[in-house]
Amino acid sequence: MMRASPARIFLYVISALVLVYLILPVLIIAPISFSSARFLTFPPPSFSLRWYQQYFANPAWMQATRVTLTVAFLTVLIATPCGVAAAYAISQSKLRIMRVIHMALLLPLVVPIIITAVGIFFVYAKVGLVATMPGLVLANVMLGLPYVVISVLAGLQSFDPAQEMVARSLGMNRLRSFFAVTLPQIKSSVVAGGIFAFISAMDETIVALFISGGQYQPLTKRMFTALRDEIDPTIAAISTLMTAASFMLVLLASARQKRSG
Amino acid sequence: MLALVSPALLVILALIVLPVGWLAWQSIYHDGFTLENYRRVFTEEIYWRSFALTFEISLAVTLIALLLGYPVAYLANAVPKGWSILILSLVVLPFWTSVLVRAYAWLALLQRTGVINQFLRYLDVISEPLALVHNTFGTVVATVHILLPFMVLPLYATMQKIPGDLMQAGASLGASPSLTFFRVFLPLSLPGVLAGCTMVFVLCLGFYITPELLGGGRTVMVSMLVSRNVELYNQFGAASAVAVVLFASVLLIFFAVSRFISLDRVLGQK
Repeated sequence: MMRASPARIFLYVISALVLVYLILPVLIIAPISFSSARFLTFPPPSFSLRWYQQYFANPAWMQATRVTLTVAFLTVLIATPCGVAAAYAISQSKLRIMRVIHMALLLPLVVPIIITAVGIFFVYAKVGLVATMPGLVLANVMLGLPYVVISVLAGLQSFDPAQEMVARSLGMNRLRSFFAVTLPQIKSSVVAGGIFAFISAMDETIVALFISGGQYQPLTKRMFTALRDEIDPTIAAISTLMTAASFMLVLLASARQKRSG
Repeated sequence: MLALVSPALLVILALIVLPVGWLAWQSIYHDGFTLENYRRVFTEEIYWRSFALTFEISLAVTLIALLLGYPVAYLANAVPKGWSILILSLVVLPFWTSVLVRAYAWLALLQRTGVINQFLRYLDVISEPLALVHNTFGTVVATVHILLPFMVLPLYATMQKIPGDLMQAGASLGASPSLTFFRVFLPLSLPGVLAGCTMVFVLCLGFYITPELLGGGRTVMVSMLVSRNVELYNQFGAASAVAVVLFASVLLIFFAVSRFISLDRVLGQK
């Protein structure tokens, strides 16, 4: 099947070029972040950690990092149980309305994010949640929910609900049988869903642009404003750290998911 | 069971259903019922041009993504398993990198003193730096980069389901490889093409970060129109009307596509 016909060679060459186009920008960030040059020069003239120092020494960047991490952790803490409960109910219930609810929970993936952002801004302005921590966390919980629901529903698909029935027939109540029988078996997909919610909260930018402010601005908002003004290699250092963090989390999540089959 | 979904549902209702409803209401109500905002969206040139530009860019991005994505998906499907895992990993690798980080990377690559211009000048191919960014070109290059995985994944999923026997049958009946490709493989892959194109087009319609950072202020896409109306001009009614028209376009596209393929197929990849 794999003869070296001109069509084959064309296919290989074009695919290789596309793959280079896909990964080159991701790979270019790290060398820039370790460069000593003030302006972007490639290859970098010499190795330096000055942009990392600049990041860690800057109180504004540090405050933004704290906000991002806090928001991401709180988002996972709230979105995961809510999403697990919802996914469990959707998979168990035969009510027709559950289909509609299932669709509604996936809305954050469908509505263009700019619309969500402006809409939340208007609602928050009315209730005084603009530029507050709870407002920021709540918005990220909403955006992270679909990831938890999708991941846990996939996990529940390979779980036999009869096992829970057995536990209940032996005298456990519904809640106990869930925690004793069901949850341990879908643990991997719950963790994976939580990790995806974490990454989503860490990367979220557009909603934060509208609803965050003052001391509660996440890293992404500060990066966006900085990028609009000038290209500062400090952002390359932050970007490298962020990319490394998301890759590690994704690897963790996919290892988890594989184990759950 | 309803009690179990209620926390999640409440968050969704309060933070996406209510806000979108609010936008719709605000677009038609300002001290009384008015269609003034929609009249402006549909008649004033700045709005029209932005919608036209957004649709043009989305169309261009979708076509380019299809042209680039199809061969990659095809190759990933034709090579042994280990290679196809490698190819797909390279495709989804940038997917897990923040959009902001990738915008920064493209600025670093494409700007006047960027890597590409420096390299071309070093090779003496050009004497003046090329204007690769802060224009529509830069926006399209970065947008295609971000959306390409959304094209490759549904294409690959669809191609995987095409039985290899069909190609062999075509060949055994005397058809050349290119004839079997165009008469058998390509038509069978069309559902994947439609799914990928829909996702890329719809996502591109609402793009904000890349055109804002790489467009140089001249490439005003619809989402930028929304944000400027809110942030700069305090025109909440106009912003809402633009948002509603954008959302309606997205729903219309999903509805039209759902008549041909299942929407699960389109959304399943995200």
